[in-house]
Amino acid sequence: MEILPTIWFVAIAVLWIGFLLLEGFDFGVGMHLLVRARGEQERRLMLNTIGPVWDGNEVWLITAGAATFAAFPLWYASLFSTLYVPLVLVLIGLIFRAVAIEYRGKGSTDRWRRWWDVALGGGSFLAAFGIGAALALTTTGLPIDGHGDRVGGPFVWLTPVAVLGGLAVVGFCLVHAATFLALKTDGEVRERAGRDVVRMAPVALLPIVGWVVLVQFQSGPPWSWAFVVVAAVAAVLGWLAARKRREGRAFLAFSAFLVAGATAIFSAVYPNVLPSTIDPAFTLTVANASSSDYTLGVMTVVAAVGLPVVLAYQAWSYWVFRRRLSAAQIPAPHPVVPAVRAGR
Amino acid sequence: MDPLDIARWQFGITTVYHFLMVPLTLGLGLVVAILHTRYVRTGDEKWLRLTKFWGKLYLVNFILGVATGLVQEFQFGMAWSEYSRFVGDVFGAPLALEGLLAFFVESTFLGLWIFGWNRLPKRVHLATLWLAVIGSWVSAFFIIVANSWMQHPVGVELVDGRPVMTDIWAVLTNNTALAAYTHTLFGAVAVAGGFLLGIAWYQLWRRRTDGIDTVDATGRVVVGEAPDIPGRDAKDHGVWLTSLRLGAVVAIVGFGGVALTGDLQAKLMYEQQPLKMAAAEAACHTGTEFSVLSIGDLGSQDCESITTIIAIPGLLSYLAKGDFETEMPGINDLIPQYQEEYGLTLPDDPRYGERAGQTIEYLPLMEVTYWGFRIMIGFGALAAFAAVVALWLTRKGTVPRSPWLMRLAVFGILAPFGANIAGWVFTEMGRQPFVVAPNPDASGIDGVYMFTAAAVSPGVTAGELIFSLVSLGGVYLVLLVVEVALLVRYVRAGVAGALPELAPHDDDPADPDHPERRDDVLAFAY
Repeated sequence: MEILPTIWFVAIAVLWIGFLLLEGFDFGVGMHLLVRARGEQERRLMLNTIGPVWDGNEVWLITAGAATFAAFPLWYASLFSTLYVPLVLVLIGLIFRAVAIEYRGKGSTDRWRRWWDVALGGGSFLAAFGIGAALALTTTGLPIDGHGDRVGGPFVWLTPVAVLGGLAVVGFCLVHAATFLALKTDGEVRERAGRDVVRMAPVALLPIVGWVVLVQFQSGPPWSWAFVVVAAVAAVLGWLAARKRREGRAFLAFSAFLVAGATAIFSAVYPNVLPSTIDPAFTLTVANASSSDYTLGVMTVVAAVGLPVVLAYQAWSYWVFRRRLSAAQIPAPHPVVPAVRAGR
Repeated sequence: MDPLDIARWQFGITTVYHFLMVPLTLGLGLVVAILHTRYVRTGDEKWLRLTKFWGKLYLVNFILGVATGLVQEFQFGMAWSEYSRFVGDVFGAPLALEGLLAFFVESTFLGLWIFGWNRLPKRVHLATLWLAVIGSWVSAFFIIVANSWMQHPVGVELVDGRPVMTDIWAVLTNNTALAAYTHTLFGAVAVAGGFLLGIAWYQLWRRRTDGIDTVDATGRVVVGEAPDIPGRDAKDHGVWLTSLRLGAVVAIVGFGGVALTGDLQAKLMYEQQPLKMAAAEAACHTGTEFSVLSIGDLGSQDCESITTIIAIPGLLSYLAKGDFETEMPGINDLIPQYQEEYGLTLPDDPRYGERAGQTIEYLPLMEVTYWGFRIMIGFGALAAFAAVVALWLTRKGTVPRSPWLMRLAVFGILAPFGANIAGWVFTEMGRQPFVVAPNPDASGIDGVYMFTAAAVSPGVTAGELIFSLVSLGGVYLVLLVVEVALLVRYVRAGVAGALPELAPHDDDPADPDHPERRDDVLAFAY
């Protein structure tokens, strides 16, 4: 077994799981805001539950991407170039979402806000779906040749598995965000989000279960079924907790569901990072796609010191903003009028 | 159409665009942190107003830098997969370190700063801003390290034709990186200085035009108040005068630093990429002369058709070596050296695809390098001069009433941006035809180089690249318009736009939109 590449396979899995756990509710809140919020106060309330933390959460994605580049350049190059079109859409979704969060409240017309609501919800959906598709495809395989380049046209990635992965992440984000909103808000939004979790979870979590099971049958060792079982138990516990409106417990349980499910997937595909559907000999693995031991060693040292510190201050930021928000706490929109003498 | 050309246009456009936001983020972040520190130290409301106003503009700009930065990281793998495979062992590490050590700090603490007013203890709250700003400065370091490795590869050895990192310290302390990093940071500071100066000038001019401030017989300002206009009280004048004079000083410091570090960088570049510098000079023949003006058809890429009209003997040697005698090699001497070292045509290797066998153009596009170099220096020098003039013109406490001077100050904001962009276009296009430049100097490692023609993703089609170029370009254009519109909106609103307590309260308790607002209303909310 290649020790350093394996460590980095685990590290990248951790980064993706961290991303899905944290940015998962950001994406989901964006989508809920578009379709479930009633009235401007509720939309602002929802937005402000993620306001202080979403940008830090997005860095998990940036770091997952950069760590893949640094630790497995061949995986990064093949995956990103093969998925050119969906990743362009992911980028556009992420751009619109980020800008919408910051700019939505800076205009004063309803049209302005409605436009940014669509950019926020639509962008969150596009990003979540595209990232889900990409992750599902890298665990099940893409048509790459011996050099790692795509065989086939720009849409060769568009398969049922891609759709399954996209729905899996979107579905999880919706459930996760509803749980998060129930935990972080008070009043009407909390009630509705609590009901949403109970109603949505049994359906919205099915695609992710499908993906987990698919990968297990494809390449899972017997022991990784243990994670599948843990995930299933966590999902049921989360649903039961949500029914009793135990919001904190439900949030933890659904988080555990994601961690266990993603761990099952990553354990099942190891040591492959990107299987080739053309010829198993072209499959990119932890061993043949990785950087040198020197590079991985340097990054291991930095990550071993840096990641705990990151976790500590991110945890602190959640602690600072731990209180529930209610619509009545949202300040009035702030008039921005030219400081110019009238008549000029 | 060759996918290579589309991919290069895309990288150029998206990177230049990203770098519209980046220097303002780096420079203005530092300024806002200093302003906030002054507020915490003195408790004077003037500094609070300064912090809030400039902080608001900082955030409007910051977000677009974040959003477009994602594209930068993704497109190496998407459009430049061969490049990523070739350099991944050494180039990926600084990007990963940037995420881990810089972006997390920057994003997390900026969130804490934005929402931390009245919630965190004052000094802790101030510290969150400093951490965010330091995070952005550290991120700039790592990305410059990565870029400088393309300009001057160090700390690697070739294994099976690929560079493998052997010395991270050498990569992090690459002399090219240290020169470029300081140069970039001073450039960012200069951008922030010009931004402060131009906007503060407008505000002081507005106060005069609106009849709030007047001048006495000696030309000294008489500060007034306008109770009918939100925020336009007597303190407001101090806010803008401080902004203006601080901006001018910051700009002068920035430009001074840019000149010093630029000199260091140029001296390195003469050693590391002599052809880039020769092309920047349109220096066809070996010699000591610096071209002040060369005419002829630079675009022809042909030395025969270029005539140097004004030249200063010795200056080129001084810029490159610090003396007046050293003969600097010209294009006519350098090109045969490159041809001998790296070949006349692209090798017959599958990674060049249909481009294999093409003649290699070693001379960078001279129009771009020659004018890029001059625009960078010209805009920089002009803006520095303008900052000095601005200090003198405002010595009596306000600005002249001339609307033309005001427009000049506002449009002057663009000059440091122009200098920054021209500098990057010059150094990146001057590196062509290489994406990783070979280095003839002693510290360079032999054989570590890559032609741009070999770097593009082999599997990606021209159609995909056109799709992304058009869609990203369209989105970028729309967002640029929106950002500028928002900046203008907040500038015109003055301090009251960023400080709700200065604005008129239309907070009617009977308003059906806001039933029973509680008393623990958030200090800030989106």
